[in-house]
Amino acid sequence: MAVTQHIAGQGAQPDAAEPPLAAERERNFWKWLLSLPALLILIFAASGPLLIVVVYSILTPAEYGGVVWEISGRAWFQVFFRRDIFDPDEVTLNWSHLSVFWRSVSLAFQTTVICAILGFPTAWFISTRPPGQREIWLLLITIPFWTNLVIRTFAIQEVIRNQGVVNSLLMNLNIIHSPIQMMYTDFAILIGMAYVFLPLMVLPVFAAMDKLDVRLLEAGYDLYASRWEVLRRIVFPLVRPGFIAGSILVFIPSIGSYVTPRLLGGGRNMMLSNLIELQFGQGRNWPLGAALALALLVIVLVALVFYLRTIGGDEEKRHG
Amino acid sequence: MQHKTTTLPIAVAALLGSTALASAEGELNIYNWGNYTSPDVIERFEEETGIEVTLTDYDSNDTALAQIRQGGHGYDIVVPSNSYLPIWIDEGLVQPLDTDIVTDLDNIEEEWRDPEFDPGREYSIPWAWGTTGVIVNTSDYDGEVNTSAIFLDPPEELQGRVNVIPEMSDVMHLAVRYHGGEPCTGDTDILREVRDTLTDAREHWIAMDYGTVDGYAEGDIGAGVYWNGASMRARLQNEDIAYGYPQEGFPIWMDNAMVLSDAQNVDEAMEFINFMLQPENAGENSNFHRYASGIVGAEEYMDPEMVEAPEISIPDELADAGRFSITCPSEVNDIYTQVWTELMQ
Repeated sequence: MAVTQHIAGQGAQPDAAEPPLAAERERNFWKWLLSLPALLILIFAASGPLLIVVVYSILTPAEYGGVVWEISGRAWFQVFFRRDIFDPDEVTLNWSHLSVFWRSVSLAFQTTVICAILGFPTAWFISTRPPGQREIWLLLITIPFWTNLVIRTFAIQEVIRNQGVVNSLLMNLNIIHSPIQMMYTDFAILIGMAYVFLPLMVLPVFAAMDKLDVRLLEAGYDLYASRWEVLRRIVFPLVRPGFIAGSILVFIPSIGSYVTPRLLGGGRNMMLSNLIELQFGQGRNWPLGAALALALLVIVLVALVFYLRTIGGDEEKRHG
Repeated sequence: MQHKTTTLPIAVAALLGSTALASAEGELNIYNWGNYTSPDVIERFEEETGIEVTLTDYDSNDTALAQIRQGGHGYDIVVPSNSYLPIWIDEGLVQPLDTDIVTDLDNIEEEWRDPEFDPGREYSIPWAWGTTGVIVNTSDYDGEVNTSAIFLDPPEELQGRVNVIPEMSDVMHLAVRYHGGEPCTGDTDILREVRDTLTDAREHWIAMDYGTVDGYAEGDIGAGVYWNGASMRARLQNEDIAYGYPQEGFPIWMDNAMVLSDAQNVDEAMEFINFMLQPENAGENSNFHRYASGIVGAEEYMDPEMVEAPEISIPDELADAGRFSITCPSEVNDIYTQVWTELMQ
């Protein structure tokens, strides 16, 4: 809300040097009135549930799911520590949870890197097509979104499973003699996530490239820069904002993804969402589930701030 | 608990427009597992009674329970598993059957007439029952299949080819019984063995997934923990598939139809309950969901391939090893969840 107010305030000022007070007040009134529906949705649909999650995380689990209204710090304790199952006095770090956290962060990071590597040439290809063709290519990029995620994930399963398309093809060509195990590995999760999230990288990178002034590249060549130098010193800095936006768009849903690791990873190695679901379902420990969900939120926030500080901040310095 | 393989969550199916009905005499809203209610049986019920049926799916006991607890759902009938049934009764979410309308409770097979989870069948009737056991592709391994060692101590041929369903209570039940414990035991000596066995066995598992019937039938997966009905479907595709009842102990589950306390159409619901007690309806429903119904005489209406199926009737010598799955008290459940999390970390 503070942000909205700030922006609204900024927008109101520049026109006239000293606008009549009444007119400005009226304009502000209308601005607020018009933004009211959006604000209400934000407050009730975003903050409301979040508040419930925060409150639940400090309550006591009820016998069969749900919560009892007794304040307890146990859930937050359980996020990071555990009592030994067989010796309640022995408290250690909860390595099970920490390794699940680590796997989620690491897979999300790898997905982001893969998407960046694949997304850059794709976006470059599209932005160098004649204007009429670009729209077609962009449309093609969005086609996967037309199909439900679960269906697409099952389709990937069909491609990489032992009797699937890839293995059958390789075996028929006599390149391999027994199927390569791809299903149920981290590799399968990475394929699935990179496939699902790639458009989220391509689109912002393309948007940045679209604005790129080709004359700058020509100027670079005229000044005897090699292709690599043009890429590194002209193209990369200029499309950087696209990469930053794309990385954020890919990283955040990756770290919380549920369907892909569940269907392709075989569930033997949990990701955070699977752990959270376990607590709300079979584990019957809603407060712990809520606390884990908030921990995920904090991880995303910290990663975001860190990322913008290091990479985003860098850019500001350059321009400043 | 046993249908996740084929169900997408929250698929709402408004069944069969009431073409045959000039005037609908009432409505009935059934809230059931996905892929679990025969459309033919529903159609017959609509024709016979003039009641219009709406069917809504859920995908887990927890989902159903959370949804009904919220209130304002508009459902009349729900079909929870035996392990959850006492929760529904204790919390007053369901009402006793009206014996003026539900007159054929005697059609329930004798062994299910007075179960521990609903003494005297005051609230519920059987919908389907089955077992959780092991499935083995005998072209990979032709040894003994009636043992939990298939997944807890896999023979060399099956190592790296075992899939275990991610159902904590079923898997813990099997593992605890394998070590001679009672279901939901809190005995630390047994639980320590259980944890060690599971941790070691996990190295030989390829996945902890619901798995698909095709996956087993086509040989992607060599063996696993699976449900009897699904296992039968795999065998019908590939005759090398065998279902094993672990002699160390295995869980039996039963899903039961009940009428909700805040049902809007109580009489219609009771009428449907009695309708499902009729052998021809129960039998035909079995042909659809592929599990036994617990209703006397239903076999006569079941496909022959089902009546003869070794997956559907427990062999006499192994019958004693079957035990109803129960909901563990939360202090025990917490320990099980911890073991489970270690397993999937």
